[in-house]
Amino acid sequence: MKFRLLFIAASVGVLAGCPSDNNDEKTQSYRYDVQVSNLTANQPLSPLAVMAHNRNYQLFHVGQPSSVELEHLAEGGSNAELIALMDSDDNITHATSGNGLILPGQSDQVTITIDPKQSGYLSVASMLVNTNDAFVGETGLSLKNLSVGESYEMSMNVWDSGTELNDELAATIPGPAGGGEGFNAARNDTSDAVSFHAGIISQDDGLTQSALSANHRFLNPGAKLTITRVE
Amino acid sequence: MTNSTKLGLVMTSLALSIGASSVHAAELEITITNATKGIYFTPLVVAAHNADIHMFKTGEAASAELEAMAEGGDISGLSSLLGNAGATVVENPASGILNPGIATTFTIDSGNFEYLSLSAMLLPTNDGFVGLDSWKIPEEPGTYKNTLRSYDAGTEANDELAGSMPNPPFITFGSGGTGVETAVSNDKVHVHPGNLGDSDATGGISDLSNSDHRWLNPVATMTVVVK
Repeated sequence: MKFRLLFIAASVGVLAGCPSDNNDEKTQSYRYDVQVSNLTANQPLSPLAVMAHNRNYQLFHVGQPSSVELEHLAEGGSNAELIALMDSDDNITHATSGNGLILPGQSDQVTITIDPKQSGYLSVASMLVNTNDAFVGETGLSLKNLSVGESYEMSMNVWDSGTELNDELAATIPGPAGGGEGFNAARNDTSDAVSFHAGIISQDDGLTQSALSANHRFLNPGAKLTITRVE
Repeated sequence: MTNSTKLGLVMTSLALSIGASSVHAAELEITITNATKGIYFTPLVVAAHNADIHMFKTGEAASAELEAMAEGGDISGLSSLLGNAGATVVENPASGILNPGIATTFTIDSGNFEYLSLSAMLLPTNDGFVGLDSWKIPEEPGTYKNTLRSYDAGTEANDELAGSMPNPPFITFGSGGTGVETAVSNDKVHVHPGNLGDSDATGGISDLSNSDHRWLNPVATMTVVVK
């Protein structure tokens, strides 16, 4: 199966989790703004996947194979599969998409509303689209200690999903530097495990087959994540 | 090294007492994960210690014991040095090489030492190591997550030639490289710039691969459970 990278955000309503009309005293609503700023030189970030969940869910485990849903995001920039997990995985209570691509130097913000008794943790992910399968992602971020008005800011390192060989070919890079294939179910990387990304090589650094240039290189961190509790 | 008080392995019930702010004898459960794509860690040396002791310090020259670890993976000297100075030391918790993507979990009784340090050589490198210098052990029980970066001991030029590095059987080296560096550019411990490598297995300037043997910092994740 082949999918091209879609440069549109999945149409998931940001306000789907707002408090309902009846005042059920047992349901609490905490609202958070989640902002991601792209700190790379020339790596657009795919639309964010933002998920609230309990302690039983993890977006990924270092050293373990990626889920297929994460593979869709890391190889093709598609967040739809991760967001759809809230319909099938009871541990995920809310999930929402970013508003679109985040270009270098820009940021995007979404709002997510949760019941802290059900889901005290947040996961965030986005692909560096001019790569084979690099992504920024954090998982298991505890929301419990934030008071209204408080913010938590952290640097996001770049991960390799381990699902696709980093051949840097135009045919396998879905972003504008390649225009190639996004998701491919085959797992042909040297090891099928999530790791910190070793960086891209680029044509300018001697990898003649590479579709990438020196300005597609990145160092950590790739992005900045800011979580603010607003309610 | 200055004199230091060694509480050793005396376990006290103060670990769980409430309000003992200045005394925090604690058992730590530590998980180190090699989070690189293709770099190996030689045996770790881990120490809980007081403020007088440093396993290494950026901007300062490496000790001969640190050099032995960073260039050859030998932690016996560092372990003795730290132990003799009063630190509580754990050696080789992974029982050998820690492969990419693999985690090791172990416990250390930090007594009332306030700081945690660790190191292990990175393979293949000339004198690169994953390190942690004097992380303040939290007083409050809980789970704490960190990332660890790589350092260069500054004791050997990063020529990236097979003849200058340990040659374990699980690493495939190229040959015929002319050498990336011929002299040490910074002889103090510093943040490692990473391997360069090249795409020529039988020539070029490096005997390392630019696709398999590179990394970006950080290189490891660390989870510490303070009990």
